Amino acid sequence: MNSYVPILFMLGLGFAFAALSVFTSLVVGPKRYNRAKLEAYECGIQPTPHAAGGGRVPIKYYLTAMLFIIFDIESIFLYPFAVAFNKLGLFALVEMVLFILTVFIAYAYVWRRGGLEWD
Amino acid sequence: MTAVAPLALPAAFQPSNVDYLAILPLLIVFGAALVGVLVEAFAPRERRHVIQVGLAVVGLLGAAVAIIPAAGHQGVTMGLADGSTNRQMFALAVDGPALFMQGTIVLMGVLGILTMAERFGGTGPDAFTPSGASTPGSANETAAARAGALTSEVFPLTMFAIFGMMLFPTTNDLIGMFVALEVLSLPLYILSGLARRRRLLSQEASLKYFLLGAFSSAFFLFGTALLYGYAGSVYFGDLSRAIASGPLAMNGLLLPGAFLVFVGLLFKVGAVPFHAWTPDVYQGAPTPVTGFMAACTKAAAFGAILRLAYVGLDTGRWEWTNALVLVALLTMVVGAVLSVTQTDMKRLLAYSSIAHAGFILVGVLAFDRKAIGAVLFYLVAYGFATIAAFAIVSLVRQNGAEATHLSQWAGLGKRYPVVAGAFAFLMLAFAGIPLTSGFVSKFAVFSAAVGTGGATGTVLAVVGVVCSAITVFVYARVIVLMFFSDAPDDAVEVVTPSVSTTFSIAIGTLVTLALGVLPSALLDLADRASQFVR
Repeated sequence: MNSYVPILFMLGLGFAFAALSVFTSLVVGPKRYNRAKLEAYECGIQPTPHAAGGGRVPIKYYLTAMLFIIFDIESIFLYPFAVAFNKLGLFALVEMVLFILTVFIAYAYVWRRGGLEWD
Repeated sequence: MTAVAPLALPAAFQPSNVDYLAILPLLIVFGAALVGVLVEAFAPRERRHVIQVGLAVVGLLGAAVAIIPAAGHQGVTMGLADGSTNRQMFALAVDGPALFMQGTIVLMGVLGILTMAERFGGTGPDAFTPSGASTPGSANETAAARAGALTSEVFPLTMFAIFGMMLFPTTNDLIGMFVALEVLSLPLYILSGLARRRRLLSQEASLKYFLLGAFSSAFFLFGTALLYGYAGSVYFGDLSRAIASGPLAMNGLLLPGAFLVFVGLLFKVGAVPFHAWTPDVYQGAPTPVTGFMAACTKAAAFGAILRLAYVGLDTGRWEWTNALVLVALLTMVVGAVLSVTQTDMKRLLAYSSIAHAGFILVGVLAFDRKAIGAVLFYLVAYGFATIAAFAIVSLVRQNGAEATHLSQWAGLGKRYPVVAGAFAFLMLAFAGIPLTSGFVSKFAVFSAAVGTGGATGTVLAVVGVVCSAITVFVYARVIVLMFFSDAPDDAVEVVTPSVSTTFSIAIGTLVTLALGVLPSALLDLADRASQFVR
């Protein structure tokens, strides 16, 4: 049972920190509201309801975010590969080229299908 | 504490041992899918459809041929053997059941692709929409059509799904199995939302499938974490050895872990109580996708269940078998009873597929080499009949839209005897009437259950036979409706398909007949392929 005490302590600490942060910002923070601040945060999309039966939501933010994930994953794999490059040898180099090629196919698809154009 | 020593990092980097011939079928399908994405990016619009269909079919047939050399290279691959601890850390197990399932999925995938390619002579639209968010006939859709939006992306998506399905029964560890599960699921979520007609129903199906699928994936991952906590390894060989020698005090990790992993897999085959998505998704998805999904996903997921039950968790099966027996009983009874009340053809086939999942589970639970062969045979028989049946459903139309309500099928046999006859024959196969593949497959799994399943197996087989009898009523009702009742005034028509769908229906029906009349060749092959490597 004793081994769970640190976890409980951590849990309590987490709650306390959250409560303290909210409370402090309520007391200390300046309260100057404008229209943009009163809107629900939706990644730049107008959160108002659309006209019935056919309103469209722009998805360019999501496209950009997904594109970011492609390169995000690529760089995550590239870092440890670059650090250990001397030990890994030819096998890992070939594997990495294949991996980057696969990611590049996704990139070429996005580029050709207009995913990089903002409007 | 744990039975297996924790993994010590080697001083020098050792590249994995990869037997490229053994994984050649997987590589071919994955490569064809990647080339498909490039075709989508660079090929001229008007030729894309033809190129994609050709590429997919050639890729799948190439993979089917590549299974022959792969069969000579069976064994575990893609990993390392640690000499000091005598551990085999291999991500893939290319063995009989895996290759048999790969071949089945690839060949059924060809039929699936061909039904998806149906454009009624190149003049009509296919079953998919390029712009799902727009109302049919709206200005938005016209704009999408003018911008050149096409539906040929379904083919690379399907190829990625097929790659995941082939990987699923081949994986030798829980993490690889999870990756395969996601690779096969994600394209299916998209494909089921792409129907040209009844878009809201289709998108609702897609969302339901995605949410419930994500939920079941989370179950699978949590189970994986618990099993890793128990065994200190995710490899099936380690898991099996850890259970055989492991401390009973750790059952608190083993049992929930095993159950949760099984939940993730049973969700994919649509076993009760994880079946809730099946009718909605089968009904909402474009009909060619439904056929492909019903046949190939079931084959892949049962391949994975077999490996988990016979290789990974086999030593602990006294602990979890009873839960699976309960699931099998519920699946058979609920699938059979609820199929009686259905009024929509696609929902009826969905509940029938749930009942069939129960019958296959009976075979899985017999725990015998013979039972593996029976299950493999069942999956082939059920898959080919299912693809053909859904392809026929996509042909029965009223005012251009698919007529799936049962009452609309009344009198179909009098006006279109060939199509209705083929459908009736497939219904008989689902029911398990002799001279169809359904009879042989049901006989094989039930006799395996009675033979080696003990008292539980006998109970399961008896319930299975009773439930089969219930479903016979359902299928007989459809046949009576088609042949012995009068057509309504606003009668449906059977559109004439192009050669690709005709080929799919003909092959599916012929395989159903051939496996019913001369099953011994495939039964032998399935029996020879029923040895798992460890």
